[in-house]
Amino acid sequence: MQAQSASQQAEIVANILQRQRRDPARLVQVLREIDEVLGELTPEVLAMVGEQLKRPFAEVAGVAGFYHFLELEQRARYRIFWSDNIIEQMQGSTELREEMCRLLWIEPGRASEDGLVKVGLTSCIGMGDQGPALLVNGRTVTRMTRARVAAMVELIRGGALVGNWPEEWFAVADNIRRRDILLGRSYKAGAAIAAALARGPAAMLGEIQSARLRGRGGAGFSTAQKWQACRDAPGDVRYVVCNADEGEPGTFKDRVLLSAYADLVFEGMCIAGLCIGARQGLLYLRGEYRYLLEALEANLARRRAAGLLGRDILGAAGYDFDIEIHLGAGAYVCGEESALLESLAGKRGVPRNRPPFPVTHGYLDCPTAVNNAETLAAACLIAENGGVCYAAIGTEMSTGSKLLSVSGDCARPGIYEYPFGVTVAQVLADAGANDTQAVQVSGPSGVCVAPEEFGRRLAFEDLPSAGAFMVFGASRDMFEVARNFAHFFAHESCGFCTPCRVGTALVKNLMDKINAGHGSPADINELFKLQRLMESTAHCGLGHSACNPVADTLKKFRPAYQRRLHSTEFEPAFDLDYALSQARQMTGRDDAGAHLANES
Amino acid sequence: MSDVFLLDGEQVPFTVGQTVMAAARAAGRYIPHLCWHPEFQPHGSCRLCTVKADGHFAAACTLAARPGMTVDNRTAELDDQRRTLLQMLFVEGNHFCPSCEKSGACKLQATAYELKMMTPHFDHFFPDRAVDASHPDLLLDFNRCILCELCVRASRDADGKNVFAITGRGIKSHLIVNSPSGRLADTAMSLADRAASVCPVGVILAKGRGFVIPIGERRYDRQQIGAAEEQ
Ligand SMILES: Cc1cc2nc3c(=O)[nH]c(=O)nc-3n(C[C@H](O)[C@H](O)[C@H](O)COP(=O)(O)O)c2cc1C
Ligand code: SF4
Ligand code: SF4
Repeated sequence: MQAQSASQQAEIVANILQRQRRDPARLVQVLREIDEVLGELTPEVLAMVGEQLKRPFAEVAGVAGFYHFLELEQRARYRIFWSDNIIEQMQGSTELREEMCRLLWIEPGRASEDGLVKVGLTSCIGMGDQGPALLVNGRTVTRMTRARVAAMVELIRGGALVGNWPEEWFAVADNIRRRDILLGRSYKAGAAIAAALARGPAAMLGEIQSARLRGRGGAGFSTAQKWQACRDAPGDVRYVVCNADEGEPGTFKDRVLLSAYADLVFEGMCIAGLCIGARQGLLYLRGEYRYLLEALEANLARRRAAGLLGRDILGAAGYDFDIEIHLGAGAYVCGEESALLESLAGKRGVPRNRPPFPVTHGYLDCPTAVNNAETLAAACLIAENGGVCYAAIGTEMSTGSKLLSVSGDCARPGIYEYPFGVTVAQVLADAGANDTQAVQVSGPSGVCVAPEEFGRRLAFEDLPSAGAFMVFGASRDMFEVARNFAHFFAHESCGFCTPCRVGTALVKNLMDKINAGHGSPADINELFKLQRLMESTAHCGLGHSACNPVADTLKKFRPAYQRRLHSTEFEPAFDLDYALSQARQMTGRDDAGAHLANES
Repeated sequence: MSDVFLLDGEQVPFTVGQTVMAAARAAGRYIPHLCWHPEFQPHGSCRLCTVKADGHFAAACTLAARPGMTVDNRTAELDDQRRTLLQMLFVEGNHFCPSCEKSGACKLQATAYELKMMTPHFDHFFPDRAVDASHPDLLLDFNRCILCELCVRASRDADGKNVFAITGRGIKSHLIVNSPSGRLADTAMSLADRAASVCPVGVILAKGRGFVIPIGERRYDRQQIGAAEEQ
C-alpha cells in the first residue's frame, strides 16, 4: 500500500472496474476492492469511479461514506480495528488497545502523522470465542495478548507486510463443542441436491412445508411460505440470497458454517433455487469475514468443475444455478434483508419501505428469497431425510436444531448445536459456566435473561434467538454491558429515520453521563421514554430494538444503575457545576469561585 | 362507492393504492409531517406522520389505506411522540430561528408551534457544519438540515441533475453536493431548479432576497401549519 502516482491509481481503478464488469450494481464491491489496494478513497478516485459507472459523484461518495471500512479521511499503511464487543472487553481488549496506542505513540482513532498506522474500533467481528480479536488491513487476528501487541508494534514499525506476519496469529478455530442433526451428519457432495432433484421442485417445497422450517436469522418466518411466495411472484428472473452478514454482536455460527460446512450452505442455496425457480444465487458475506473469501471462491470453483453448480446441475437438463459472493464493508444494518438488497445493488444500506417485500421486489426488484445461512443449510437435511423426520426434532413451534454461539464467562466457548427447546441452564452447564449473573440471548437486539429465568427454553415460542448466547458471570457490571450495546447501536444506526438516528445518540450520551457519575433519576425516565419512542416510531428493526438492552437491564439489574447516580433524588438533567467544568479547564481555575453549588 | 377509512373518527375516502397521508391530504385533513411532499415519492424518514392504524404504529406517508381501517392521528400520545421527534431534530442541528431567513415559512418551526413544543428538552449536539456560499445565486446553510431528502428527490426526479446526496451514517449522516470539490458552485444547480425551492427549512436559500416578506406576515405567521394545510 505505497502511495501511488495519479496514473498508477487510474490504472488500478480501471482494472478493478473491468473485473467488476463496470456494473453499477457492483459499486460496493468496486469501492471495497479499490480501498483494499489503495488504502483510501479520495474524491478524485470516487469521481473516476462515478464517471466510469455512470453514477453521479455525490451518490458514489454517499455510498462510500456509509460503510465503516471504507477509508475517506486518513490513509494509513496499517489499519487496525479492534473488535469492540463487550465479551472482548471482558477479555481485556481495552487495555491491550490502549497499550498498542501507547507503544505506537498514537491517539486512538487517528492515523499517525507519518501515515503509518491507525488504531480504531469496530463492532463485534464474530470472534468472541477466541478474542480479543482485531482486523489488520482486513485480515482477522485472534487471541491478542500483551506479547502479541508488542510483537505487532515491532512489525508495524519495521514496515513488515501483513502477509509476512506470523501465520498463527491469523488462525481462526471452529470450536465446535456440540453436534446434532446438522453438524453431526456426514457430508457427501451433491447428495442433498440429488435428493431435492429426485423429489422435484413442488414436492421439495412440500417437504420444507411439512418440516415447518423457520428462518434462523432471527424473525423465524416460515421458509416454505417465503419460497412459495417467491415462486408464485410474477417475473422471469428470480434470486436466492444467502444472508451471511452475521452482524449481531456475539454471533459467530455462520462463520463456522462457512468455514467448515460451506458445502451445506451452497447446496441449500441450490435447493432454494430449484424450489423457487432461480438461476442465480448471491451470498452476502460480512466484510469482517473477508479472510474466508478465497476458500469460499475455491469451493465454488470445485463445485462448478464437479457439475454441482452452473449449467445442467448433476446432468439435469435446464437446472442451471450459480453463486456469486458479495462482500460487505462494515455495516450491521446490512443484515436487515432489505438493506442487504440495497447494499447488493451497490447502494447505501438503508432499509426499504415495505411493502413491496423482497419475495416480489428483491434484488434489482426481482422476486428474491433472502435466507440466513443456517436456514439454507437446514434445507439440505430436509431434502435428504424428508420434512416429517425433521419436524420430529425440537418443539412443536420450533422444529429442528439451532446453532448457538456461546461466549463470555464459561470454560468452553464455541458452537453448540441443540434441538430447539433446550433450556438456558442446560447450555450454561454444558459450556461450563458457573455463578452466572445473566445471559444475553440473541445479542444486543435480543433479551437479557436473569438467573430466575434460566429454566426458559430457546425456541421461537419462548426465547427466540438468532444464535448469540453471551454469558456474564457474577462479577460483571451489567450497566457496562448495556452501555457497550448503546454505543453499538449508535455506531450502527443507518441514520435514515429521526428516532433512531438521534435517539441512539441520545441514549449513548445518557449512558455515558450516568457512567461519569452525573446521572439522576430523571435520566432513567428519559431512557424509558426514548425506548418507547424508538420502539413505536423507528423505520426498521434496528431502531425498534436498540433500547432493549438498556430497558432490560434497567428492569432486571437496577442496582447497577442506581449506584452510579449522582443523586437518587429527582433532579433535572442539567448539572450547572458540571457544565462549567470545561470553562474551568480552559481558565485553569478550580477555586471555590469557579464552582456553582447545585441546589438540591 | 369509494372506499373509506376512519381518521380520528371521521371518514376519509381513498382510492386503491393511495396512502393514508395522500388520502388525508386530499380530504383536507392534516397529519403532521416534514419529509412528505405531494409532488414526490414518499420517503418515510422523519417519522412525524406516525399514526396508529388498527392499533399498530405506522408512518402514514407509506401506509396504504385499507377499507374500514381505524387511524388515530392527533391523539395526545401521538402528538407527544411528535414533539419528541421535533426536539430531536432541533438539537441535532443548529437552529437559531430569529436569525433565519426562513423563519415564519419554515415547516420545522411551524410544526413545533403546531405541536406546542416549548423547549428543546435535550442537550444540543452543536454539530460543526460549514456554510456553502460558493454558488452565485444560492446559499447552503447545512446547520439547519433535517435530512428529509426532499432536495435529493427533487434534484433527481424533477430536475434530472442529482445535485444532492446523503453520506455518512447514523448521527454523522449529512448532505453533500455533486462535485468532488464539495462546492455547490461546481455542480449543475441553478436557481430555477425545483430543488432550489423545495427545502422545508432554511438550508437552500436564494441569495440577495432577504426579507421580501416581512417577518410576521409569512405563511405560517398568518396561519398555523395545521390550519394552513387543511384546505
Ligand atoms: C438490524 C437487523 C439486522 C439483521 N441481521 C441479520 C443477519 O446478520 N443475518 C441474518 O440472517 N438475518 C439478519 N436479520 C434478519 C433479516 O432481516 C431476515 O429476516 C433474514 O435474513 C431472513 O432469513 P431467514 O428467514 O432464513 O431467517 C437482521 C434484521 C435486522 C432488523
Ligand atoms: S431504525 Fe435506525 S437503522 Fe433502521 S432505518 Fe431508522 S435509522 Fe436506519
Ligand atoms: S437541505 Fe433541506 S431539503 Fe435537503 S435534506 Fe436538508 S432539510 Fe431536506
